[in-house]
Parts: sequence; C-alpha cells; structure tokens
Amino acid sequence: MTYLHWRKFKNIAFHASLYLAAVIVLLPLFLIVSYVFKMGASSLNLDFFLAFPKPVGEVGGGMRHAITGTLYLVAIASIISIPTGLLCGIYLSEFGKGKVATLLKFSIDMLTGVPSIIIGIFAYILIVVPLKGFSAMAGGVALSIIILPIVCRSTEEILKLIPQHIREAGLALGLPRWRVILNIVVKGNLSSLITGVMLAISRAAGETAPLLFTSFGNMYLSYRIDEPMASLPVQIYNYAISPFDDWRRQAWAGAFVLITIVLGINLLSRLLVKLGSLRHLIRRGIK
Amino acid sequence: MSSNIILQVNNLNVWYEDFHAVKGISVGYPEKSISAIIGPSGCGKSTFLRCLNRIYEEVPGAKATGEIILEGKNVLDKSVDPVELRKRIGMVFQKPNPFPAMSILDNVTIGLRLQGIKDKSYLMNVAEQCLRKAALWSEVKDKLHKLGTSLSGGQQQRLCIARALAVNPQVLLMDEPTSALDPIASAKIEDLMSELKKEFTVIVVTHNMQQAARIADYTSFFVLGDLIEHGLSSDIFTNPKEQKTEDYITGRFG
Amino acid sequence: MVRDIENVQNSFSTENNGNISKKKSFLTYGEQDKFAYFLLKLIASLVIILLLGMIAMLLNSSLPAIKEFGIGFAFNDNWNPVEDEFGALAFLFGTLVTSALAIMIAAPLSISVAVFINEILPTKLGKLISLFVEMIAAIPSIVFGLWGIFFLGPFVKDVLTPFLKSNFGFLPLFQGASFGIGILTASIILAIMITPTITSICREVLKTVPKIQKEAALALGATRFEMIKIALIKPSFSGLTGGVVLGLGRALGETMAVAMVIGNSPTITASLFSPAATMASVIANEYAEADSDLHLSAMCYIGLLLFLVTFIVNSFARAIVWKKQRKARG
Repeated sequence: MTYLHWRKFKNIAFHASLYLAAVIVLLPLFLIVSYVFKMGASSLNLDFFLAFPKPVGEVGGGMRHAITGTLYLVAIASIISIPTGLLCGIYLSEFGKGKVATLLKFSIDMLTGVPSIIIGIFAYILIVVPLKGFSAMAGGVALSIIILPIVCRSTEEILKLIPQHIREAGLALGLPRWRVILNIVVKGNLSSLITGVMLAISRAAGETAPLLFTSFGNMYLSYRIDEPMASLPVQIYNYAISPFDDWRRQAWAGAFVLITIVLGINLLSRLLVKLGSLRHLIRRGIK
Repeated sequence: MSSNIILQVNNLNVWYEDFHAVKGISVGYPEKSISAIIGPSGCGKSTFLRCLNRIYEEVPGAKATGEIILEGKNVLDKSVDPVELRKRIGMVFQKPNPFPAMSILDNVTIGLRLQGIKDKSYLMNVAEQCLRKAALWSEVKDKLHKLGTSLSGGQQQRLCIARALAVNPQVLLMDEPTSALDPIASAKIEDLMSELKKEFTVIVVTHNMQQAARIADYTSFFVLGDLIEHGLSSDIFTNPKEQKTEDYITGRFG
Repeated sequence: MVRDIENVQNSFSTENNGNISKKKSFLTYGEQDKFAYFLLKLIASLVIILLLGMIAMLLNSSLPAIKEFGIGFAFNDNWNPVEDEFGALAFLFGTLVTSALAIMIAAPLSISVAVFINEILPTKLGKLISLFVEMIAAIPSIVFGLWGIFFLGPFVKDVLTPFLKSNFGFLPLFQGASFGIGILTASIILAIMITPTITSICREVLKTVPKIQKEAALALGATRFEMIKIALIKPSFSGLTGGVVLGLGRALGETMAVAMVIGNSPTITASLFSPAATMASVIANEYAEADSDLHLSAMCYIGLLLFLVTFIVNSFARAIVWKKQRKARG
C-alpha cells in the first residue's frame, strides 16, 4: 500500500468511527425513551392521574398527590426565582460593570456548578431546621435555588446579544434608561426570555435529589406549605426501590409522565423561538 | 434658510479616558439648514455629534467640557436632563435599527407612547405625518402591523428617521445615515434630507464628501479632533481657505 | 383631541415649548433611573448574600464533624453510623473512580460527536442530531436511574460481564462477582449523562477555529481527517480539555442515577463489578434518616467536600474555556 492509500484508509476509518460514535451516543436516548414508554404506557390509566395511593401492599391507586405536588412545588419555586433571575440577568447585561456585578456573575457561575443534592442541604439548613420538619416550603426553596442561576444566565446571554446602538436609539428618543431596558430591550426579546424560563422550569420539575430531605414526600396530599409534600420524581424513586411489584409498575407510569412533561416543555420552548422567527421569515418572504 | 443660530457650540473638548478626541471646537448651526461634518476616519466627527445629544455619556470614561447652547442653556450642564434634551435633539444612526419584535407603527409611535400618550387616533395621525415626511408612507401604509425588521435596509433607515421625527425634535442628528445602504437607497435618503431641512435643523456626519457637497448648506471639516474649516458648502468645496481642506477635497489625503 | 402631558409638546407643530431644565414632577428621569439601578443592585446583593450565607451555614453544620475527625476524615474508610464513627474515604473513592471511568468513556465519544456535528453533517441534519443530544441532557436523573436498575444493570450482568471476564479476566478490574449493580454500571450511566455537556462545550470551542485555517490545511492536500487533526483539534486542545473537565464536574455531583445503580456499599475495591458508594449517593441515601447529630454533621462534612471538589473542578474548567475563547476573539 502506498503512503497515500494508507492516508486515505485512515481518513475513511476516522469517518466511520465518527459515525459509530454518533450512533453510540444517541442509542441510549432512544433506548431509554422507548423503554420507559413500553414499561409505563401499559400502567397509565385515568386512575393514575386521579387517584391517591392505596395503603401499603394493596394494588391500585395513583399518583395524583405527587403530580399535584410537583406542580405546587414548581409554582412556589417559580414565584421566588423567576422574577429574581430575570432581574439579575437584566442587571448583569445592562449594568455589567462594578463590584456587585462581578460578584453576582461569580455567584451565579458557582451556583450552576453546585450538585443539586448540596442545594438540598442548603435548603435543609435554611428551612427544615428552623421549621423543625420537612415542608413544601423547603422543597420550593430548593427548586428556586436551582431555577435562579439558569434563568439569570439565559436572560443575560439573550440580552447581551442585542447591539448597543438599539439601546442608544431608544435613549436618543428621549426615554429614560429604565424605559429603554423594559419596553425596548426586554420586550423585544420576550419569546427568547420565556424559552429560557421554560427550560429552567422543566429542569426543576425533574429534580429528585434536592427534594429528598426538604419536601421529603408524603403519601397524602396536603396543601399546607409547612407540611411535607409529595413530588413526582421522589414518588417514582420511593416506589422504584420498594419491593412491591404494583408500586414498581406505577413508578414506570410516573417515569413516563415525567419524561413526557420534561421533554415536552423542552421541545415546546424551542418551538416558541422558532415560531417567533418563522413568523418574521414569512413576512420577509411575502415582501 | 435663516441665519438664526439654533444650536451653538463653544470650545467643546471631549476626552475618552486620556485620549483627546475633540479639541476645542466652536461652531454654530442655523435654523432649518443642513450642516455636514466631513473628515477622514477617526477624527472625532461622530464623537462631536454624539455630544450634541449627550449620548457620548454612554461610553464609560468619556468627559466633555465647553458649551453647547440650546434654548439659552448649556446642555452639558449637570442641571440639564439628558432625557428631556433628547426630545429636542433627535438622532439617526449608521446602521438602521428598528426596535426588535415591534411593528412599523409601534416603532414610529414608541417615543410618544412611552411618554404616556395613549390616544390612538392622535398616535396614528402623528405616525402618518412622520412616515410621509420620511417618504415611507406610501410603501408601508398597507402593512403598518408588519415587523419593522421586515423592511429593506433603506426602508428601515427611513423608518428610523420617521421614529426620530415623531417626538418632534428641533434638531436632527444623523451619524453616517447612508453608509450602510446601497446607492439607490442612499439617494432616496439624500432627497429626504433636503426636504427635512425645511422643517428641521439637520446635522449630518458623512464619510462621503460628494454627499456633503450635494445636500449640505454648511460644511465643517474635522481632522483628528480639530475643526480645520467651517463655512458655506459652496465655499468649502470650490474655494477652501485652508490648505488641509483643499488637500482632503482634492483627494491628496484621507 | 390631544392629551395634555406635562413633558410633551402640546400640538404637533415645529414649535417647541417647555424648557430643558430638569422637570419638576414626582421623580425626574435621573431619579427614576437611579432608583431602578438601585433596585437591581439590591436584588443582586441579596442573591450574593444568600449564596455566601448558604456556604457559611454548610460550614457551620459540618463543624462538629470537622472538630471530631479533622482532615483525617478524608482518609479514613470506616463508615459506621451505628457507632458514630465516620470516614469519607470510601465515598471519595467511589466518586473519583466512577467519574474518572465516566470521563474515559465519554470524552472520546463526546469530542467525536462534536466534530461529527460541526464538520461532517450538513447544517440541518447537524441541528437535528444536536437536538437529540440535548434531549439526553433533559432526561431527569431519576429516569436514568430507573432504566439503570431494570435495563442496564441486567445488561451489564448478563452480557457485558461475561464478555469482559472472558477477554480481560486476568485484570483485577474485571474479577469478582457481578450483580449488575456497581461501579461499572454507574460509570456507564454517568458517561451517558455527561456526554451532552461535553459535546456542547466542545462544539462551541471548535466553532471558534477560523475557517481560513481549515481551508489552508485542505489546500495543502490534507485529507479531511488530517485537516481535522491539524487545524481543528490541535489548536482547540485546551478548550476541548476544558469541556471534558466541565463534564467531570457534572459527573462528580450526579446523584440519583448513581445512587440507584451503585449499590450503596461503602467499599474500596479494585473490581469494577463491585458495588460502591459516592459522596452524593450516601447523602441521598442516609441524610433523611440520619439518627445522631454527628451523623448529620458528617454528611454535611461530606457535602462540604463535594462542594469544594466540584467548585475547584468547575473553576478550573471555566478558566481554561474562557482563556481559549478570549484568545480566539483576539
């Protein structure tokens, strides 16, 4: 074989290995999703969504308490963290200089790297200890610490993309800076900002570790914010490691619902941005 | 073309950190005229222009001394509110920049809406007048609700002009308004500027000498932050007093 | 009909009334802007204080254990909650081994996929494939865990283990009984989970290579493989490393999936088939039911160690990637 042939062979082998790598990497996605769908679909019935758990060992019942719980906890977390995250992101992008801004950027970067179980410990020390017990509040706070840096970062990145002369054009019209930021910069990118928020929410909805010893879990549904609260991921976990076949069956159903919600919001939010720019493209096309 | 000076600059100096960008410039702008500022790149033309509506303040480390007199007050004075000032001195930028995710109508009326005006018929009236003055009305009157960014480059720039006119300024600053446009769009904007001077005082920075010669009543020639010469365009281009001016105009440098 | 607003010209003519001094109303524009800035700064400060407070509280909760066990905590593998004896070595071992193994599996695959999407695939297909990769990142950890217990575990036990044993059984790595639950399974799941992270960072890093350099290599007669090797991978090497280290940071902190497939037995062995435990997994398993104060404090101590380790790794990674991007921007 000439040297050129050897080089060409290496080239082909390299390309083949790249294709192989892609297949290996994507394989688990399809394996997992199809497996979850297979195991969970059969267990999904109306009962699953509407019924509460039956006593231990009895067959039947559902995860209504857990689904409601997840909605409840995510709602609490969102109220706390989404406005805060948006404002912090706006602060970093519009007023990025100065000690406070640098510290904030550093803090946000640090928070994104903290393992979610440690965030659970944070929330435990912050809420569970003073309240002397697990509570929905603690779970909500834990999830809010997860959502905040994500929203802040995505907001900052999106707003930073806007060229400075757009802001100057706003100022040149005789508008105070806060109006330029609110009505022109932020309003002009609402769909992207909402996407960032939705991605953060979908991430929080799927988290288990930070809830294990904050909201802890509950076989009953109580709307009290100072009592433990069930959540879909924790409930799945508890059922999955239990010895009962029926509970494990329900764990799969739960996983099915969870993965549908999380991936669903994820894809939907991306679609939102596409729709925004698609509408724009159509208008250009007509022109 | 009246000789009533509406905006007077006295001994304006601007520093960006330690860089002396504008060196002691004094010039007056008569009402309802077009004044052009020409000169080679990096000579402080834009910096000077951006002082007039105090938007140079956006750059950190920028400092200005001197006087810019409008309505009897020095606009550089701390007691003058830049936001109020900018309602009287408007600006059009080099790159057309309609506001994102806003319709054509919203773009034009935003200046007024954010000041609190809500009367829809009034806003529509103002929008139509300004779009007519910007020579854009006939092209967009049927699609006022389309996105501002759906227009072509030249149309976008005319939209930005209409937007600036809507807040009813006395002076309109234009920072190289045609440099990002093709020749046909540029020509349309030049015609527009000649019409605008009947109602507004226009000060335009331009890279294009011929443009200044075509449309400006007065021309200033800047080099490296200094005002070399200022006067009637007809004088500057046919009979310049300074050697540097003549060298620039005849293409010997720049 | 025209609205009469104090700060707006009353009629649409070219005459201007009103003056340009600061207007006298509720708040001047300058004051409005100052207030807005102050408000934002306040919220930012609150967030910073909150974070510092949380770290301080974590330290505080760990203090009893730190006082009791000192630094030796990290080198002692005796974890005995019943007798209040705690040593974190086994968990450090579990964390480091699973993460290292995960990186060894994921790094080459992720970088390959990054190159694949950026260089080989046409744009539209590349976007689709990268969307799939990002979907992997969106799958909740618990679902990975479930799949790990009921699908991957048996797979490792029934298919992978015999294969490895028959071919590489001479290595102590592949000796010992396999129940499907253990270090190997956990590492594989971790590898799958961190691949999207590494791939996306590497894609960004690779994108910063100027087209001209790639074209120059091709113009010299290089094959595509050679061009990628010379003009793409080599200059981006530090950035790619940064991406891998960032993936490592994620692997170190991953909890649920690992907790469900690692067996949760604090042991230090050489066999990849054996069960083990990680810092994150022990916290997940024992925190809620910690019986003594010292037990709880020991877990906080582990949490503190985990926090420090991930913080150092992430900062290191970020420093590398930043430096690379700043150099690229020139």
